[in-house]
Amino acid sequence: MSGLHKVSSNPHVRARATTASIMGTVLIALLPAAAFGVYNFGPRAALLILISVASAVLTEYLFERLCKKKVTVGDLSAAVTGLLLALNLPVSAPWWIPILGSFFAIFVVKLLFGGLGQNFVNPALAGRCFLLISFPAIMTDFNCDAYAGATPLAAIKAGESVNVMDMILGRTAGTIGETSMIAIVLGACILILAGIIDLNVPGSYIVSFTVFAALFAALTGRTVNGPYLSAQLAGGGLMLGAFFMATDYVTRPITKKGQYVYGIFLGFMTAVFRIFGASAEGVSYAILLGNLLVPLIEKYTMPKCFGKGGERS
Amino acid sequence: MAKFTFVGGVHPFDGKALSKDKPMKAILPKGELVYPMSQHIGAPAAPIVKKGDRVLAGQKIAQAQGFMSAPVYATVSGTVKAIEPRRVVTGDKVMSIVVDNDQLYEEVEYPEPVPYEQVSREEIIRRIQEAGVVGMGGAGFPTHVKLSPKEPEKIEYVIANCAECEPYLTSDYRRMIEEPEKLVGGMKVLLHLFPNAKGVFAVEDNKPDCIALLKEHTQGEERMSVVSLQTKYPQGSERQLIYAVTGRAIHAAMLPADVGCIVDNVDTVVAVNRAVNEGKPLMNRIITVTGDAVADPRNFIVRIGTNYHELIDEAGGFVTEPAKIVSGGPMMGFALFDLDVPTTKTASALLCMTKDEVSALEPSACINCGRCAEVCPGRVVPKQLADYALRHDLEKFEKYNGLECCECGCCSYICPARRPLTQAIKSARKMVLAEKKKKKEAGKS
Repeated sequence: MSGLHKVSSNPHVRARATTASIMGTVLIALLPAAAFGVYNFGPRAALLILISVASAVLTEYLFERLCKKKVTVGDLSAAVTGLLLALNLPVSAPWWIPILGSFFAIFVVKLLFGGLGQNFVNPALAGRCFLLISFPAIMTDFNCDAYAGATPLAAIKAGESVNVMDMILGRTAGTIGETSMIAIVLGACILILAGIIDLNVPGSYIVSFTVFAALFAALTGRTVNGPYLSAQLAGGGLMLGAFFMATDYVTRPITKKGQYVYGIFLGFMTAVFRIFGASAEGVSYAILLGNLLVPLIEKYTMPKCFGKGGERS
Repeated sequence: MAKFTFVGGVHPFDGKALSKDKPMKAILPKGELVYPMSQHIGAPAAPIVKKGDRVLAGQKIAQAQGFMSAPVYATVSGTVKAIEPRRVVTGDKVMSIVVDNDQLYEEVEYPEPVPYEQVSREEIIRRIQEAGVVGMGGAGFPTHVKLSPKEPEKIEYVIANCAECEPYLTSDYRRMIEEPEKLVGGMKVLLHLFPNAKGVFAVEDNKPDCIALLKEHTQGEERMSVVSLQTKYPQGSERQLIYAVTGRAIHAAMLPADVGCIVDNVDTVVAVNRAVNEGKPLMNRIITVTGDAVADPRNFIVRIGTNYHELIDEAGGFVTEPAKIVSGGPMMGFALFDLDVPTTKTASALLCMTKDEVSALEPSACINCGRCAEVCPGRVVPKQLADYALRHDLEKFEKYNGLECCECGCCSYICPARRPLTQAIKSARKMVLAEKKKKKEAGKS
């Protein structure tokens, strides 16, 4: 026996999952949606995805090097932000759009507020909304080689009929990663099976959205039927938002009860924006608003501890 | 209740296969023995021998100080070499009696005890108190105090904690397999003390052989039953165990007796049997020496006071240099920087690992994933408590139930950012409790 042994406070073993492995799994889970986007919209989609991921990672790397901080790009969270942002862009966007969006998402929203875990809204969504407000024409131009004309959501808002099967498969106009419900749900299954997300937020979000959308559509005198609701569910960013952005650990409540409240709020706001709003879409703004409410929701939904009523949940 | 379990918990690699199938082996200490005066919760014992005295195994060498205390016995024959502070597993230095082992192992003669059925309740508890029996699961709470609730007739359950949920530990398992009659014997004494209680042996379902054996040994004992618990850490934590067995939940400020329960660990029940039925003091315990750095991992019947070095020698030494040595299990044990410490009444294992998973990855930023809250058996939000602890906001820490933490380690275990949550919460708890004690004492004077 020589020398002293390592000491630390208990416990002395650790579970396998790390921040990097979780973020890596999220990247893998986003692959079906990304791959379908490339298939649907062509190689330009792949280029935008690459630019977006690279600029997100580079922004974080350069900032940390310049500030002489520990470089944290290895945790893969910047890559996830870059990929999510790209999936929220129209394929016709010019090359500098993902660079600007990633920079805003990573530098302004994430790093300036203290880095990973400190951002009060989802960086990718904030980046998207920043672009949407700054360059509305570019960000809502869904014309491309494959598709001309309106997105399915805009079409049903205008009272036109849509092909629901195409929407579920993803063969419609829209942002790169949002069109295919099947690809997104496949990715969501990966996350659920890997134990990375549960259905608390996406489940309550989707259910409450369906209820409120039906209610509001009926109130505004639309015929609410199966095809209409299916189109609302499969259309726009709902699936991508519900499974990949509303579930963002940092910006959703940590309490179980709070997660239901948050999900229901998102469903309500999305329905309000989609049915009563000027635009056909409302997922991004609904989630951003929800993010802002998280501290309040958490404050009022703190769990009871064991022995004081909390032992059963 | 459909399943005997609790909400939360984790499933770490259990490592029990290393040592579980080898029979216990009694070992005789060779070098000096060290008896810390504080091997229990409460006032330290006071030495009643002095330097140069010859002592025998089984001789009382330190007297309990008050009710909340326990005496200490010599476990070998020899000469008192010194009474001085010695390093113990927690890293503290504790006043200890050091005995130079003469390797004759002469033992005092124990008078034949009167059967417990013929003596008073007070006499039974006095025997347990005199024998120095304390909670051997790790806490070291004096057993006679536990067995003296205000209203003994209101106790409905005496639960033998046979969960052994800590990974790697197999000492309780071996005890149950090899000496079930001693466990049942101890339970008989406990049920005699609590006439309205049922005796429950609560075993995790990863030990089906123990469950079968205990069922066999309790056949015909109408007041005893064996309960199979879901295998999950920390199933053997007192509050979680009571909840799993009875559906009754107590918070940190309550005692098991408040909901009619008494919980004792396997080895403690066996020590009660020894004290009451054999009239012998607590002198030895079973220690699992295990881990991938040890040549021959197994369980030893160890005389308390034996140096940890001797345990390693008995287990064939190290096959590779260990990176980390833990006294106790990997979830709640104490890491040792040096093996030169004595075994005590509460030492359950010596775990030697070739890899230290803790220093392998540095803590990073919290990503708010919520896993800590999900696994916390106390149903608090560890991430939030750790934040308050680090900011030294003890008021908020207490408000959000920081004192409810049982320090089981699940939050740190599961944290993907590898944050030392348990450590932060533990430190804050200590500060809050010390603060309270100070206030209480100031109020008294």
